[in-house]
Amino acid sequence: MQLRIKNPQDLWCGLFFIALGALAIYASHSYPMGSAFEMGPGYFPTWLGAIMIGFGLIIGGLSFKVQGETNHGLRLGDWAFRPWIVLTTTLAVYALLMDAGIGFVPSLMVLIIGCALAHKDVRWRETILLSVLVTAAAVAIFSFGLGLPYRLFWWSD
Amino acid sequence: MQDLLQNLILGFSVALTLQNLMYCFLGVFLGTLIGVLPGIGPLATIAMLLPLTMFLPPVSAIIMLAGIYYGSDYGGSTTAILVNLPGEGSSVVTLLDGHPMAQQGRAGPALAIAAIGSFFAGCISTVLIALIGPPLALVALSFGSPEYFSLMLMALVCASVVGSGSLLKSLAMVTAGLLIGIVGTDVSSGMSRFTFGVVELSDGVGIAVVAMGVFGLTEIINNLGGAHMIQTILRGKIEGLMPRWEDLKTSFGPILRGTSIGAVYGPLPGLGGTISSFTSYMVEKRLAKDPSRFGKGAIEGVAGPESANNACAQTTFVPMLTLGIPGSASMALMLGAMIMHGITPGPQVMTSRPDLFWGLIASMWIGNGMLLLLNLPLIGIWVKLLQVPYRLLFPIIMTMMGIGIYSLSNSGTDVLLMALFGSVGYILVKLGCSFPPLILAMVLGPLMEENLRRSMFLSDGDPTVFITRPISGGFMLATVVLLVLFIVPAFRKKRKEVIAEEGS
Repeated sequence: MQLRIKNPQDLWCGLFFIALGALAIYASHSYPMGSAFEMGPGYFPTWLGAIMIGFGLIIGGLSFKVQGETNHGLRLGDWAFRPWIVLTTTLAVYALLMDAGIGFVPSLMVLIIGCALAHKDVRWRETILLSVLVTAAAVAIFSFGLGLPYRLFWWSD
Repeated sequence: MQDLLQNLILGFSVALTLQNLMYCFLGVFLGTLIGVLPGIGPLATIAMLLPLTMFLPPVSAIIMLAGIYYGSDYGGSTTAILVNLPGEGSSVVTLLDGHPMAQQGRAGPALAIAAIGSFFAGCISTVLIALIGPPLALVALSFGSPEYFSLMLMALVCASVVGSGSLLKSLAMVTAGLLIGIVGTDVSSGMSRFTFGVVELSDGVGIAVVAMGVFGLTEIINNLGGAHMIQTILRGKIEGLMPRWEDLKTSFGPILRGTSIGAVYGPLPGLGGTISSFTSYMVEKRLAKDPSRFGKGAIEGVAGPESANNACAQTTFVPMLTLGIPGSASMALMLGAMIMHGITPGPQVMTSRPDLFWGLIASMWIGNGMLLLLNLPLIGIWVKLLQVPYRLLFPIIMTMMGIGIYSLSNSGTDVLLMALFGSVGYILVKLGCSFPPLILAMVLGPLMEENLRRSMFLSDGDPTVFITRPISGGFMLATVVLLVLFIVPAFRKKRKEVIAEEGS
């Protein structure tokens, strides 16, 4: 009998959980297991990892037997790569700028403009205007209203 | 009775201070404001506004958060009715008849009846919490570790069974949530687990970080890339806000029944608003003289589920407040907030912090009134808000999340973590997984491990302790029955119908 994948979404999902479970077990291998009577710090996570691999095997295994109801949109073109990458990167840049003490105002401007780039339809004038207005509102609410202790610009303190 | 009265007086004396009234109002207002925005459900709203409440004293913070919670719930219904876009779970049912009403130009009455029904349900269930809270807390005081463990297991299984999507995937997500809960310093051995050398992780991963990642960022990525890009379409005009007298008359029964249904489902851990609104919808459809009107703008189809949903939303506070065990992902967030404020949740809250418990209850009653007053005149504003293009909305939402997360610990690590959870979350969405079970499990994780450890220690490593102790055994039995019911095909088919209908 030939095995055919009837539901690729479930197959990938199963593999994802198997990998995650294996990672959990691997990460807990250095924690003492203890016993059921006196559980060490490794006991619970190791078992959870094993349970997760179990679920992963069932989910993945069923993908050979049970037909998927629809095409779940796992084709490459269905992934929203642009917002996915742009938004994540923007958040990371924002985090680094804030940590570097570059100031609340420039960090927020970068955050807003960066986020706006995630949309297919970027309108520059609108985006700049939005970033100015939202930053102003955020400074009014968070810095002056709630007293968040972040300096506004790199030169102020 | 005397006690109850005294307690309620204490509650109102807390809730009616100018400061708390203001925060209650602010919570309800902001909650509705964010909740109205399309594509943002109550969970994302709470997660997003959670950091704001960190600046307040504990009681005010919890009052404000509760306001955010039911405000966003109501806001979600508004969006469902006006643009046929459910934010999350429960409002899916509202739009079945709410949106057809809006298309017929009866959005006003639909929104009004939703508000009136919610208010009524809120009032009744607030009294109910006040009545059943104290005795339940007494019962809970007799719970030992095995009981707690079994109860939590039941809550997690319930949440997986009633959630949308595959049961197996939900259970796997529960496991993932428990694993995330492990990150940080182990209480009993002091060992750092799953921190991968990151110092900031030794306190664990904040629930707000994960919730904002998977409900905020993931949602936005998904919306931006979605086949059905969110477009705010509002057909027809809103004329005449007030429901007609006959609307009120037809709605009275559904509101009453919806309230009872919601109040029954609410305190059961894991069974959320969706199932209660759906049950209410089914009941009304069955009781109606002419069931064919349903789906085409029957006001009962809005009144019943909305009341059920709100009654449920209020009574879900019961297990969280009396047992310290959240029954839903939203309550998990509330619990997380309480812990951040240094309040240890559990049955002792009622005796050690009566001001908090009764103040919260009184504030819910006041907040529901505010919701009614706020929503009816402000519908025009919500409509305007819905016309703002998503292109402009999502950078604003991202900014709020960015500021909120950063302010939690004044460090970029949390922002990076949120980005990580958000992007992994996107993969999981594509793989057909849903997040509420994960959030619930994440909060319960450390508690479960601790109680498991203690139970096994007390029983000399004998796992039968979970079955032989009567209360714990009862919870276990209920869990097994639930799973069996689910796996039995007849039930499964029914559930499929439920989900199919939700999706339509």
